Amino acid sequence: MTDTLRGGMSRLVQSRSRRSRRAAGSPSKLVDTTDRAYTWFDDRLGISGGGRSLLNKIFPDHWSFMLGEIALYSFVVLVLTGIFLTLYFVPSTATVIYNGPYKPLDGQKVSAAYLSTIDLSFTVRFGLIMRQMHHWSANIFVGAIVVHMCRVFFTGSFRRPRELNWIIGVTLLTLAIFNGFLGYSLPDDLISGTGIRIAFSILLSMPLVGSYLAFFLFGGSFPGDAIIPRFFILHVLILPAIIAILIGAHLALLVRHKHAHFKGEGATEHNVVGSPLWPTFSAKTGGYFFLVTGVTALLGALVQINPIWQFGQYVPYKVSYAVQPDWYMGWLDGALRVMTPWEIVAGGHMVPNAFFPGILLPGLTFGILYAWPFIEARFTGDRGEHHILDNPRDRPWRTAIGAAVLSFYLVLFGASSTDVLANYFSISLNAVLQAFQILTVAVPFVVGFVAYRICVELQHAPGSGKRKRANIMMRSVTGGYSTVPTEARPGDGRVMPEPVDLDLVDLDMTPNGASAPAPATPAAGNGAEAPVEAPEELEAAPKATATRTRARSAAAKATASSTGDGAGEAGEPAPASRSRAKKVSPASTDGEEKPGKGGVKRIPRDYR
Amino acid sequence: MPDDQVTHGSSEGDGDHAGEPASLETLSLDAPQFQPAAKHPERAEAVVAFSFVAALLGYVAFGVAYWQNWRSEVLGVTIGIGFMMTGVGMVAWGKYLMPPGPFVEERHRMVATPEERQRFVGDFASRGKVAVAGRRSFLAKLFGAAVGVLSIVAAFPLLRSLGPLPGKTLYSTKWRQGSKLVDITGKPVHVDELDVGGALTVFPEDDIGGASSQTMLVRAAAQALPATMPGRETWGPDGYLAYSKVCTHAGCPVGLYQEQFQQLLCPCHQSVFDILNGGEPVFGPAPRPLPQLPLYVDSHGFLRAQADYNEPVGPGFWERGND
Repeated sequence: MTDTLRGGMSRLVQSRSRRSRRAAGSPSKLVDTTDRAYTWFDDRLGISGGGRSLLNKIFPDHWSFMLGEIALYSFVVLVLTGIFLTLYFVPSTATVIYNGPYKPLDGQKVSAAYLSTIDLSFTVRFGLIMRQMHHWSANIFVGAIVVHMCRVFFTGSFRRPRELNWIIGVTLLTLAIFNGFLGYSLPDDLISGTGIRIAFSILLSMPLVGSYLAFFLFGGSFPGDAIIPRFFILHVLILPAIIAILIGAHLALLVRHKHAHFKGEGATEHNVVGSPLWPTFSAKTGGYFFLVTGVTALLGALVQINPIWQFGQYVPYKVSYAVQPDWYMGWLDGALRVMTPWEIVAGGHMVPNAFFPGILLPGLTFGILYAWPFIEARFTGDRGEHHILDNPRDRPWRTAIGAAVLSFYLVLFGASSTDVLANYFSISLNAVLQAFQILTVAVPFVVGFVAYRICVELQHAPGSGKRKRANIMMRSVTGGYSTVPTEARPGDGRVMPEPVDLDLVDLDMTPNGASAPAPATPAAGNGAEAPVEAPEELEAAPKATATRTRARSAAAKATASSTGDGAGEAGEPAPASRSRAKKVSPASTDGEEKPGKGGVKRIPRDYR
Repeated sequence: MPDDQVTHGSSEGDGDHAGEPASLETLSLDAPQFQPAAKHPERAEAVVAFSFVAALLGYVAFGVAYWQNWRSEVLGVTIGIGFMMTGVGMVAWGKYLMPPGPFVEERHRMVATPEERQRFVGDFASRGKVAVAGRRSFLAKLFGAAVGVLSIVAAFPLLRSLGPLPGKTLYSTKWRQGSKLVDITGKPVHVDELDVGGALTVFPEDDIGGASSQTMLVRAAAQALPATMPGRETWGPDGYLAYSKVCTHAGCPVGLYQEQFQQLLCPCHQSVFDILNGGEPVFGPAPRPLPQLPLYVDSHGFLRAQADYNEPVGPGFWERGND
């Protein structure tokens, strides 16, 4: 038996709990097996020690902290749906003839990649939904990263000690955009093929090494046969692996630093206030995963995305009207459009036009993003550790710059649809383009100025965003004015209990607060009827719990230390004792808190 | 009861946490931090229960729909509802019924003390010194040389196996003197092929569908046009003009011929080229004119190229200077 190998303490626990279970008359094989299985693993992995503090890991509650979770979970959705797609997709440009249920394409020469994507959409059961879910979650992934990044930026979460995590995050954003583009290109349809052509031109425009880079990536001149298989392996293996590793590092650093939090509710620079990993945060974040997946599934089911069968197979000499990339490439496309037709030719060399919007702009964008924590620290001179997040209004310069830069990219994004706008509103393309050229330069300044002013104004309105009490304005006999706040109404300013450090307390699992007097009544509590048990048994064996509850409340009565109705309610009738601990406790709490039986120990905040 | 506390504490807390205090303070589940956040917990319970029931039904419906091979929208909606309701139930459970806290946790000290740092760095350095002490620093140099060369040769495959060197590929197309203009099906283009205002994508006969050879042939007039530029007097026989279809901006096919303005438009970024004026860009981001293909009509009335383009087609690149 493995029993002999176990440590003395765990054997003690084991034998004790077995005996007690037998005594309570409810031997549970399942609990026993789970117990042993856990002990087996624990003996080999040493989970319990660190495990407990992991359970107690605190995650602050704020809606904006969920944004990164959306990104994380949409990556999971991407991987799961992507694995499904790889089972059917053929990464080849070999020419094949389409014979299938989609009649408009019947008999046409297409590439194997295009054909397999069409088949995936029309003949594989659930294939279309999976493909659309994959595409939607790619869009959501990048979107969530951007919004999450905005949160991190505007709240100053990138400051020391989180600069490295900011850098990992920026890398993740670039990789997500790249991988999105690669995936978008794989079906070899007309729209995505045009995108690949533009990508080739942008690569080509790089000074010094451009033509070499382009030829090495494409295996020769555009289009070649190599690009689909190469994009495929980059898209399904290399970039996802890097992304997964970086997400791991991102989360590891999150655990190491612990989550930053906002002011209030006892939050300081030296602690984290929020919900524990187990069970509250686990339930919320697990549910959140399902919500993200659910939204993606509904989008995939109901909102068409990338109907490649309408675009047709890519051929280099065809092009379609309204060629727009996925949204996260829109700013680049817009920049390509609004760029003035400049080109540098000097010394026998050329810096082509596409270089400025296609390489310089993203280079600057991500370069500045990478450097921002250090740029800001240089300007503010603030190099200290920060765990309390800024309210954006308290950092007007940062907020103004961030808003201005965001608006710049938004305008560029809008510029990627100049042709559609011109058509839709029947204005000349010329006017639309020139308008966007002006807006690209002008809007950031206006937005930056307005954001700065708003921040400064908001600073003078303390508690803005919170529900305010009415004020009564009083005029004194001498003519002076003063304001007096009205009485608080119910719901104004919920009184929060003192934060508890779960690492430093033992949870008394007894419901109803009947536990409080228990230590004072050793004799009665340890009656023959109900031996005390380890908490995990309590949940698994309701009957035993009930018995114990009765015993406890009996003990409570005996010592007469409790006269609250709660104890009576739980102890009195036999049927009531069948109800589980969870059900009873909330109902009876209110009345019971008052007597103050000494069971609740408040942890002083500076117990260190 | 006290007995229980000890057992409980030691079974979970001992081992790794040797330094922890033996007896922790006891916190009752009745503490306000453990009370549900919901004002009416029973209502929250009902919501959670309803959500899980709905999720269950959603998953069952998905199973049936999959088994029966119903429309794919039904598959997506049923499993989507299942996911959504599972999520709603879990979030509501966590948010309204589970201990809302607040709970608190101390942060670790991030910055090492000078002593800690000194010991780590000192150990690292002094052990390293021991390793390369005396003549053994020579070993370190040899090792460095070997690995250095490895890192250089490791880049060779990347540089030479992935693709051919560009060479002069970007400078020329498959058009030669006398190349017949053919359409995508390979049919030679006769001088009567297009009406005035007509346009056709043509290729040299040995590169049909070629990405860089693709050429936009338009018939701008019924008879020979004046030169689009000085020196191009003979390039446009019988009102035919041929321009490279590869945009000089980002390489998209310049696919739209606007007869009214005698312009070619690229649908990708809306560069517009004036075909009567040597393909000069008149609007949009394209910086250079489209190269023009010199044409002639052979004795059988078919269109042929006088020569290849006189400059590289498509977007610019570094090696290309003032040509």
